[in-house]
Amino acid sequence: MLELKDLHAGYGRQEVLRGVSLCCHPGQITTLIGQNGCGKSTLLKAVLGIVPVRRGEVLLDGCNLKDLSCTEIAKRIAYLAQGKSVPDITVGRMVLHGRFPYLSYPRRYSRQDMEIAQDAMEQMGISHLAQARLAELSGGMRQKVYIAMALCQRSDVIFLDEPTTYLDIGQQWKLADTVKALAKSGKTVVLVLHDILLALKLSDRIAVMADGRMEKAGTPAEILRSNILREVYGVGVGQIAVPGGTEYYYERSERP
Amino acid sequence: MASRKKFVCLLTGGILALAAVAFLSLSLGSVRFSPGELFRLLGGNGSRISTNILLYSRLPRTAACLLAGAALAVAGAVLQNVLANQLASPSIIGVNAGAGLGVTVACALGALSGFAVSAAAFLGSLITVLLIALFARSTAVSKTTVILSGVALNSMLNAASESIAVLDPDVAMLTTEFRVGGFSSVSYPRLIPAGIMILLALAVLFTLCNELDVVSLGDETAQSVGLRVGKYRILFLTLSALLAGAAVSFAGLLGFIGLIVPHFVRRLIGNESRRLLPLCAVFGGVFVCLCDLISRLAFAPYELPVGILMAVMGCPVFVLLLLRLKGGHRHA
Repeated sequence: MLELKDLHAGYGRQEVLRGVSLCCHPGQITTLIGQNGCGKSTLLKAVLGIVPVRRGEVLLDGCNLKDLSCTEIAKRIAYLAQGKSVPDITVGRMVLHGRFPYLSYPRRYSRQDMEIAQDAMEQMGISHLAQARLAELSGGMRQKVYIAMALCQRSDVIFLDEPTTYLDIGQQWKLADTVKALAKSGKTVVLVLHDILLALKLSDRIAVMADGRMEKAGTPAEILRSNILREVYGVGVGQIAVPGGTEYYYERSERP
Repeated sequence: MASRKKFVCLLTGGILALAAVAFLSLSLGSVRFSPGELFRLLGGNGSRISTNILLYSRLPRTAACLLAGAALAVAGAVLQNVLANQLASPSIIGVNAGAGLGVTVACALGALSGFAVSAAAFLGSLITVLLIALFARSTAVSKTTVILSGVALNSMLNAASESIAVLDPDVAMLTTEFRVGGFSSVSYPRLIPAGIMILLALAVLFTLCNELDVVSLGDETAQSVGLRVGKYRILFLTLSALLAGAAVSFAGLLGFIGLIVPHFVRRLIGNESRRLLPLCAVFGGVFVCLCDLISRLAFAPYELPVGILMAVMGCPVFVLLLLRLKGGHRHA
């Protein structure tokens, strides 16, 4: 279980996270939502040590992450960043770099690493692009490559920051299936999404953030009942029963 | 597998080309040696004058060309990856000029031993490269701005070197060829310490190819796969400064090798460092040795400093790169 306790973090003098506490459970999808700039991405980076933590602690299965090396954290948590460089290397090599935390002497990827990378590419449906150059792919295909790289880390926890960016609706649904399968396999999945409707459909738990604080965390049903979405976004969300499940829709806010 | 075969073919071809230009460099000059004569001289059977020409002029000169070419080409490739900018090269962003200022200051202070000159060149290039990295990191400016600030730093450092040379005529005498770049006065005392530095830096870099590739994935992605980005960035910048500084200490201010050779090799084999760096080292050596050969034979008995030839060839490539700067590192 990933536990965040009273986490304070920020850039330079600016404090972005102001006492965030959250629990993310194995086998579940936890989605962070909130307005732009509320600290969702910073939260993921603070857990990974990319943004320095000023106060509070992060525990993974009871182990404080500040006691772990960069490599140890990478073996336990995979991360798909929101803004990414596009190096002009092949897709196969890019995905293979997901095995970087496992490199040992003589600092060369092993046959097993290559097989794991191949599996990750097949999982994302990009194995036919192994020799293609990353810089020449569309944004959506690149996003799949980055996700395959994260899968290649074979970590227990996976952070995906805006994973649906650049993906068309069909690809978004396929990604949702992949994410569900990851959670079903016992991984702790943490997403950052702007698409609230997708978050409600996909998540086991939703954490709503505002201004660096955790406003509310709960199941999608609890979040819907709480009216927190209208408070944070000024837009409500309704639900309607359809054959095979529930669909969600935005309700226009009635402003005085 | 196909790219592995291509790499092996290119490496083999490069090594053969290296052997060929080295052979020509040893054979051709004001005194020409036939292949048979050259082998006899290398075996220690020949006239004393010819043996001296070979051992104390041609051999250090050829070794210097190969070492300087390898060092500057690899330093360019490393800088391009670490600064995520195709236009980065030791001569353009001021690393060579920093090394040049270090050497000029060392000469002005009377520190003329091979080790002192190499150390001064390394310090000069290291300070320059760290200044640029600090500027890039603290201001988060665009990649082009980083290059332009490097160009400005380059001018400032060259101006400082020129000022010292103007104020101290002895320094001007000592550094005339150095400021243009060339190999006509290379000697073992200068070459050996710098050569050891170059070989050590290359050996370390060849073992860190995966780390270099991961650095170029961007800070967040690199850190997410367990690389301590800051530490490795400093290490790579230090190694590239070591390479450039060591090369400048005996070859002077040679320009554009760090730009031309890596781009030529990238086009042939791609950007993966485990293939890019060894090929840059080999083709860098071939390129500089060939340029040196042309510069000393084209206008014989006069010798054109090789730095001038490099500048003539490098400028069009630089402009071409500016115009074609669409590929390489982009932002998603």
